[in-house]
Amino acid sequence: MTMLRVGGLQKHFGGVLAVDDVDLELAEGELHAVIGPNGAGKTTLIHLLSGALKADAGVIVLDGRDVTRLAMHRRVRLGLARSYQITSVFPNITVLENLALAVQGASGRDDRDRARTELGAVGLGARADDLAGALAHGERRRLELGLALATGARLLLLDEPMAGMGPEEAARIVDLLSALKRKRTILLVEHDMDAVFRLADRITTLVDGRVIASGAPEEIRRHPEVRRAYLGEEAPQ
Amino acid sequence: MRDTLYIPLRPWPTLGVVAALALLPLAAATLGQPFYVVFATRVLIYALIATSLNLLIGYGGMVSFGHAAFVGAGAYAVAMLMPAGVASAWLLWPAALLAGAGFAFLVGAVSLRTRGVYFIMITLAFAQMAYYLVLSLRVLGSDDGLTLSNRPSLGLVDLNRDTTFYYAALAILLAALAGMRVLLNAPLGRALQGIRDNETRMEAIGFATYRLKLLVFVIAGAAAGLGGGLLVSLNGLVGPNLLNWTQSGLLMIMVILGGAGRLLGGALGAVLLLVVEEAIAEHTIHWPLVIGVVLLAVVLFAPQGLSGLMRRRA
Ligand SMILES: Nc1ncnc2c1ncn2[C@@H]1O[C@H](COP(=O)(O)OP(=O)(O)O)[C@@H](O)[C@H]1O
Ligand SMILES: [Mg+2]
Repeated sequence: MTMLRVGGLQKHFGGVLAVDDVDLELAEGELHAVIGPNGAGKTTLIHLLSGALKADAGVIVLDGRDVTRLAMHRRVRLGLARSYQITSVFPNITVLENLALAVQGASGRDDRDRARTELGAVGLGARADDLAGALAHGERRRLELGLALATGARLLLLDEPMAGMGPEEAARIVDLLSALKRKRTILLVEHDMDAVFRLADRITTLVDGRVIASGAPEEIRRHPEVRRAYLGEEAPQ
Repeated sequence: MRDTLYIPLRPWPTLGVVAALALLPLAAATLGQPFYVVFATRVLIYALIATSLNLLIGYGGMVSFGHAAFVGAGAYAVAMLMPAGVASAWLLWPAALLAGAGFAFLVGAVSLRTRGVYFIMITLAFAQMAYYLVLSLRVLGSDDGLTLSNRPSLGLVDLNRDTTFYYAALAILLAALAGMRVLLNAPLGRALQGIRDNETRMEAIGFATYRLKLLVFVIAGAAAGLGGGLLVSLNGLVGPNLLNWTQSGLLMIMVILGGAGRLLGGALGAVLLLVVEEAIAEHTIHWPLVIGVVLLAVVLFAPQGLSGLMRRRA
């Protein structure tokens, strides 16, 4: 079963082609990583897939349905949710209320029990009644992830969930994503190569908006162009 | 479980304030100042209108600079219908409400496509268009406005008695505040405040933010329209100045003074502004200056407005 099929996706900002003729396919249950240097177009790709930006060209098919022109909230209702590279939560309400809002957004109902379940899933159970604005960086990143999870989306687009984290916090996210694997389809944008190679079923490499390689982690690790453009000495052996 | 957005009902203070308001006409009669009843009624109506604007600005983050247009829509609806033979407040006031809602729907449908400063400017532009339209239309009395020979009838009670009108306005204001509390505590109210704080994220978790904002904009327009209908019913006259941008600005000042995003913010601001105006306007023509200084002080030292100060004491 194909969960997401993207064909010929394109987006430019003025003269910059941020996403250039990108094709992508995610099978149901797959964890698909998208890697590439800064400015490669990864965040723009997520903006396009989620509906935050309109594509200049190309099609986006979610679960057999063309969603290319659908508004962001409509895509969420169809089971596609994203997280942000720059944390975007609601700082003035509690952590639990944040998640309840996400549950309400996708389902239409203010269901605190479900919100509490999601709270446990991202390991913030002890922080339920604290204001989101009072969380430490790592906790805020987990709440960021939790907002996407709490929509109940079957397809998650995660934009650098480990951004700015120390090794311990990053390991928690890896555990969290491992637990999600197979239950949800995940498109993971991430710079932490250890995490990517441990988690991904397949990897797509983006450079200057173009896909330069796509395949199993082993293929990508050995791919000469990927090594030159991005991995360099970073690639875990 | 902590609920930061929930607005509790504090029964004793509420009862106290309602009782005091209910006794006010008696006090005015005892003091031999019946004029105060009409003045207090005007304050109650402005409290309703400012409360509806507070819903937009304080809870929805929609800084509308054209709220007077919806007040005007309601007022002129009543002023047009009464000479045409509609005498019952049961018809006139709902008509004012619908006029406000309808006009708010039109303005909101366009303006809510924009955000920030653009939203402020476009709502102002719409309101000024309405102002100049009224000013130029002979059937609406141009700059003379329209006058009514008497007040609407309200079944058994006689609105021509000032005290009766006062109680009608008080009942409407209390119903509106109770309704607003219910709305804000409901999922819709939580969504509205989420949109105020982070609209993009709200879309990203599935909220149809444009439609939600439009719905609330129409509700606020309806309440403002009703307020306009009440004003013209009370005064027996309406002029284009009711729609002018200075009126919209005055309503915004009420909301800021009283406390944006506080249930009673609009009402308190209306009371404060109108009482101060009443008290000092006859002594000095510089009263707008006084209001300006007070406003500055509030913004600098009490950003939560009067209701914020009272909360801090409590
Ligand atoms: N809103 C924007 N306006 C103009 N240029 C943009 C905008 N967003 C991204 N870009 C440009 O598009 C390219 C891709 O950016 P981005 O998708 O953020 O890359 P990544 O997430 O891979 O680091 C960069 O050259 C960036 O400068
Ligand atoms: Mg990025």
